[in-house]
Amino acid sequence: MKDCKVNKTYEEINARIKAGEAVVVSAEEMVEIVRKNGPVEAARRVDVVTTGTFSPMCSSGAFINFGHTTPTLKAASVWLNKVPAYAGLAAVDIFIGATEPAEDDPLNKVYPGEFRYGGGHVIEDLLAGKKILLEAKAYGTDCYPNRKVKMDVGLDDLPYALLVNPRNCYQNYNCAINLSDRTIYTYMGMLKPHGKNATYCSAGELSPLMNDPYYRTIGLGTRIFLGGGVGYVTWHGTQHNPAALRSPGGTPTRPAGTLMVQGDLKTMSARWLKGVSMQGYGTTMAVGVGIPIPILNEEMAAYTGVSDADIVTQVVDYGFDYANRVSRNYGEVNYAQLKSGQIEVNGQKVPVAPLSSVVKAREIAEILKKWILERNFFLTAPVVPLPSAPGKK
Amino acid sequence: MGLAFVPDQEMLRRIREVGAVYTRIYLLRFPKEITDQPIICQLAKQYDTEFNILKATILPQHQGVMVLELKGHKSNVNKGLKFLKGLGVKVESLATSISRDEEKCYQCGACTGICPTGALYIRRSDMAVLFVPEKCSGCGLCVTLCPVRAMEVSLDRNGTLPD
Ligand code: SF4
Ligand code: SF4
Repeated sequence: MKDCKVNKTYEEINARIKAGEAVVVSAEEMVEIVRKNGPVEAARRVDVVTTGTFSPMCSSGAFINFGHTTPTLKAASVWLNKVPAYAGLAAVDIFIGATEPAEDDPLNKVYPGEFRYGGGHVIEDLLAGKKILLEAKAYGTDCYPNRKVKMDVGLDDLPYALLVNPRNCYQNYNCAINLSDRTIYTYMGMLKPHGKNATYCSAGELSPLMNDPYYRTIGLGTRIFLGGGVGYVTWHGTQHNPAALRSPGGTPTRPAGTLMVQGDLKTMSARWLKGVSMQGYGTTMAVGVGIPIPILNEEMAAYTGVSDADIVTQVVDYGFDYANRVSRNYGEVNYAQLKSGQIEVNGQKVPVAPLSSVVKAREIAEILKKWILERNFFLTAPVVPLPSAPGKK
Repeated sequence: MGLAFVPDQEMLRRIREVGAVYTRIYLLRFPKEITDQPIICQLAKQYDTEFNILKATILPQHQGVMVLELKGHKSNVNKGLKFLKGLGVKVESLATSISRDEEKCYQCGACTGICPTGALYIRRSDMAVLFVPEKCSGCGLCVTLCPVRAMEVSLDRNGTLPD
């Protein structure tokens, strides 16, 4: 930024981290710092702002290589604790997806289904040190004659396990209500008829992409906290939509940007990757992500100073509109209102509950802060920026 | 099977009606003269209640003991119980106790949207999700709603069923 009063580089910030001089604060703390001192002074004082989010994130999973067996096997179908994994990659490479239910799950036959075990739970169990039953079937070839394998494997037995989440960290999300006349069970939780309750799923001011709305510092190669270990942003996520409607401050008021992230599963922990069962919907995984944002200039200070009251989302009907792709909303609410537990929709007071954990998001921001302060974590400049909003490079 | 019950009055007092559908668990003691009659089916048919037999035993002296979950409108459940008492069945209400596994709970707050008594609520100052067992009515709504099954039902308190 040519016309900025404060200008810092990644190298300078990393040098300050190395020297033990870096000032690192959480995105919650930054709200007050910017409010009191203004963005220029805040940018002078603060080097890094840490963010965090912990909530169910579909489009998550893991690539696993389970090692060659004797005799050799080219797996055609694979199950981990009865959860099917995708095997059409190579001989013993598989992908286990978070939303895959166990093959014998009754699904929604008894409605609303409980969906007790799925791919997310397999990943959590591996991290918790449990043994997983791996079953594989093959058609047999001259180089891979084995037809069938059944074995117990733990994370330590796997030569390679990489968490790869093609879409995490949604930058804002809808607030859900149900205006139909029956109770519905959705990925946004249980919604009572006639708009009697509402749910939302974002950590608001703590959420990573809310603090860098135009992806100035978060891009390909950004080093992050992922599932309790270290991971990287490796692309923009599926459904990434930087052109979404935005507030004057830059934060989108609709679901917008997303991130593809990955990292070595073996460095992660069951505390920060949890199998999740959404009644009537299915299984998925709660993922903990934390992203450090370098305060390169006063513009980044202003962005990270965003507060819940500045972040707005739309109220969407999941009783009819969502399933039928009707593009309509029932007004807008901000995260200060959402976090108060009550919003107003169509002139009526509606109780609202979160699905995203603020307590855990804050804990992630604090852990990341500690890693940086202890000089165990340095920032990386993006190799390639993510696609941003039109006219916003 | 360690099925047990909570006979103390304090727990019973806490059981309150929640919404229109009423689910309660009862310990029934059948006198030996009627253990061979299809009483439970009559109960379901005549009083429009759903039931779930959690445990049933015939004791050596031919007295029957059953732990039964009854679900329906409160008035129907009460009428059904009167019917049972009229047949000489001794009815005792069992309190279910709900607890939270603090290790599993990840403080999302989803349960606070459906808890009818405010036993699960959010402290707004820091968005911590708190559970106050004293306020819990045992309705069980949070058990299947919690994404990580952190809320657990147990009947286990003082004493076990006679085997
Ligand atoms: S829904 Fe479950 S995990 Fe979420 S706060 Fe309630 S008890 Fe905890
Ligand atoms: S069982 Fe769960 S939802 Fe029902 S009152 Fe108790 S805590 Fe609330």
